[in-house]
Amino acid sequence: MTGVNDDVPEGRELLRVEGVTKSFPGVRALDGVSLRLRAGEVHVLLGENGAGKSTLIKMLAGVHRPDAGRILVAGREVAVRSAQDAQRLGIATIHQEFNLVPGLTVAENIFLGRLPRTALGLVDKRTMRARAAELLRRVGLNVSPATPVAELGIARLQMVEIAKALSLGARVLIMDEPTAVLTSEEVSTLFGIVRELRDSGVGIVFITHHLEEIAALGDRVTVLRDGRSVAEVPAGTDEDELIRLMVGRDIAEQYPRERSAAPGAPLLRVRGLTREPAFRDVAFDVRAGEVVGLAGLVGAGRTEVARALFGVDRYDAGTVEAGGQPLARGDVRAAMRAGLGLVPEDRKGQGLLLDASLGDNLTLARLERDTRGGFVDRRGQRREAAAVAERLKVRMSGLEQSARTLSGGNQQKIVIGKWLLAGARLLILDEPTRGIDVGAKVEIYRLVNELTAAGHAVLMISSDLPEVLGMSDRVLVMAQGRIAGELAGERATQDAVMELALRPVNDGNTYEVSAMEGSDVG
Amino acid sequence: MSAEVLRAPGGGALGQWFARAVLRNGPLGGLIALVVVMAVLSRDFLNGQNLLNVGVQASVTAILAFGVTFVIVSAGIDLSVGSVAALSATVVAWCATKEGLPVWLSVLLGLAVGAAAGLVSGALVAYGRLPAFIATLAMLSVGRGLALVISGGSPIAFPSSLGGLGGTLGGWLPVPVLVLAAMGAVAALILARTYTGRAMFAIGGNEEAARLSGIDVRRRKLVIYALSGLFAAVAGIVLAARLTSAQPQAAVGYELDAIAAVVIGGASLSGGSGKASGTLIGALILAVLRNGLNLLSVSAFWQQVATGLVIALAVLMDTLRRRSAR
Repeated sequence: MTGVNDDVPEGRELLRVEGVTKSFPGVRALDGVSLRLRAGEVHVLLGENGAGKSTLIKMLAGVHRPDAGRILVAGREVAVRSAQDAQRLGIATIHQEFNLVPGLTVAENIFLGRLPRTALGLVDKRTMRARAAELLRRVGLNVSPATPVAELGIARLQMVEIAKALSLGARVLIMDEPTAVLTSEEVSTLFGIVRELRDSGVGIVFITHHLEEIAALGDRVTVLRDGRSVAEVPAGTDEDELIRLMVGRDIAEQYPRERSAAPGAPLLRVRGLTREPAFRDVAFDVRAGEVVGLAGLVGAGRTEVARALFGVDRYDAGTVEAGGQPLARGDVRAAMRAGLGLVPEDRKGQGLLLDASLGDNLTLARLERDTRGGFVDRRGQRREAAAVAERLKVRMSGLEQSARTLSGGNQQKIVIGKWLLAGARLLILDEPTRGIDVGAKVEIYRLVNELTAAGHAVLMISSDLPEVLGMSDRVLVMAQGRIAGELAGERATQDAVMELALRPVNDGNTYEVSAMEGSDVG
Repeated sequence: MSAEVLRAPGGGALGQWFARAVLRNGPLGGLIALVVVMAVLSRDFLNGQNLLNVGVQASVTAILAFGVTFVIVSAGIDLSVGSVAALSATVVAWCATKEGLPVWLSVLLGLAVGAAAGLVSGALVAYGRLPAFIATLAMLSVGRGLALVISGGSPIAFPSSLGGLGGTLGGWLPVPVLVLAAMGAVAALILARTYTGRAMFAIGGNEEAARLSGIDVRRRKLVIYALSGLFAAVAGIVLAARLTSAQPQAAVGYELDAIAAVVIGGASLSGGSGKASGTLIGALILAVLRNGLNLLSVSAFWQQVATGLVIALAVLMDTLRRRSAR
């Protein structure tokens, strides 16, 4: 089998990109970008969305061709015109969307298109499985090669992709935001495997938006900004400096939460909310002017609770009160009338009409309110939409632009704007900044400040610990469907959150809401 | 059959020109190109009387297609409209001719039956979670069956006072064309300006996002399919008026023409887009093609082939046009 060449001398240059330029109609995506990747290093590619990272890695994968500049592999100038060229040159890319066939087995996926054959021309299953098993051992994936890929979770799919890359004899491994979809345990497993690959001489280009991952895993960092490579710095560079390089300006505070003096009346009151096995006995309040964080591991039940209290899904027991009135179960419209709004985790799948105009998206949740005698006040809607788009500083060519063509940050502003137009006073933000670049994140944080200062409230679900700690006034930690505890002020630290999130829940240790004034349920 | 009759329509060069016109201007460009081609090939095509004929021929398909547009915009499909049209017309004729009910009441009952048939399909889709294809395929069969049961399988004379619906106004303006224009205006208004219309686009664009934004998706689906049934009833009554009798076997296969008209008009079968004007153009393209090929004495067999090619070509061109616009 063609594996990674283990005797690459440490530090030898595997890949060099020199002054590469690429223009698309109306936009210069790359402008003289350079990148040097050594054998045995993890080289982080850092930049905001739109900085040119995707274009650069697509170029190395043979999708785009440079207009100018050179690509050198092991010191020799090469042309990467197709995916086959990239494969031949030992460059493998693990995209955010995996290229796996769900119906086939792990082994078949690894050797897709080059299945080992017997003398009769049939697939040599035994050889294939043996070779797949060896690769799976190398990436530390403990599944049978005969497992259908459809049965694997996202973290394991990623490992299969890595195994596939290794089977192709990849010496350069490009990973596009591999940690974006992983839980923290899965991330540490991934890091272990990446380190092993690095130690065996593979050069890894690692893309991430999580700054703390850079120091943990990286060796060097190349920062892209507006299509240019602006710096190559050691991975130990401090985060503020990295942000400054990335956005070209100082961000005084990454999480500019302005805490209001005293929270007002409760806008939302949840008691004993239960739907086995997703969540049980969930109780909390959210007050006017507050940002309440909901932290916990993926699968702890946070999104399920948010959907239940917004009326999307049903629940078995418990009550939800908004503005003093009990909310009917499973009734989104009742929740909306009571002033709730949900910005869902899956922005594209649940938040937006991707091919509809921004105007239609912004006014979607107030369609009924703008209807008189069956007719919609379209002119009034356009006026309102224009006003909110300006207030949120949505970068667009006009309200007729389709939502699909916006960047992630601007798309998120549209979803939030939709709820502002609908008059929501309590916004549930589920992973509001996932896949959004640093600049847009800060804009969304500022918006949260603005809203809470005006007496709105925010329930923020986030897997990004610095974010949820930095932006919340109080943090509720969920574990295994229960609220494991509440942290505020100085007690709200990453360690404290993780301890609650990981602590096994036993029945004698139910969380007390007695800390909350006027609560009637324990 | 002589070689003359079997001649395929249009030349290669004309075909290319047609393709380019659609590519540049969308469905309207295609319609104009087709009209020019027909005018060049046949001296009889471009005269007022013939164009009004085209309008009459387009009317039933177009009215059905307006109703189907609602369903397709909301990412559904309605295969039952041909059957529902026949059923409604049969109900009108049976009530008025056999039961002696007043004509206005008979018409009202016919329209109600059309809407009710749509409501049942809608309920199967919205509450029964049946795929729209299956629910309306069932209604296609049920509607046709009921029309046959009510009529006993033979045509029923249409009340003479409704004969005017199939006739002309002032001796020249065909009433079906007026009905077509009125229903088109209503469809355009529903799509662009009503709550249900805007909800169609939201549901078709992303049903989950629509639901999470407070659109009452299931109730809207009832209304959408009921509207489709109502439009089908109107089309059925117009057709029966033209034929002077309600025939239980009328409008067989019309649902496919209606769907073709919607899609030629630029709507996407995956939902979220579509216009009444596009649907009208789609229905006119089909009618111009049939009328022109008749004038050119092309056999009915070849006409089917040509129609199929035009449907495929029109949608292919539209897809290419959109892709290049991205």
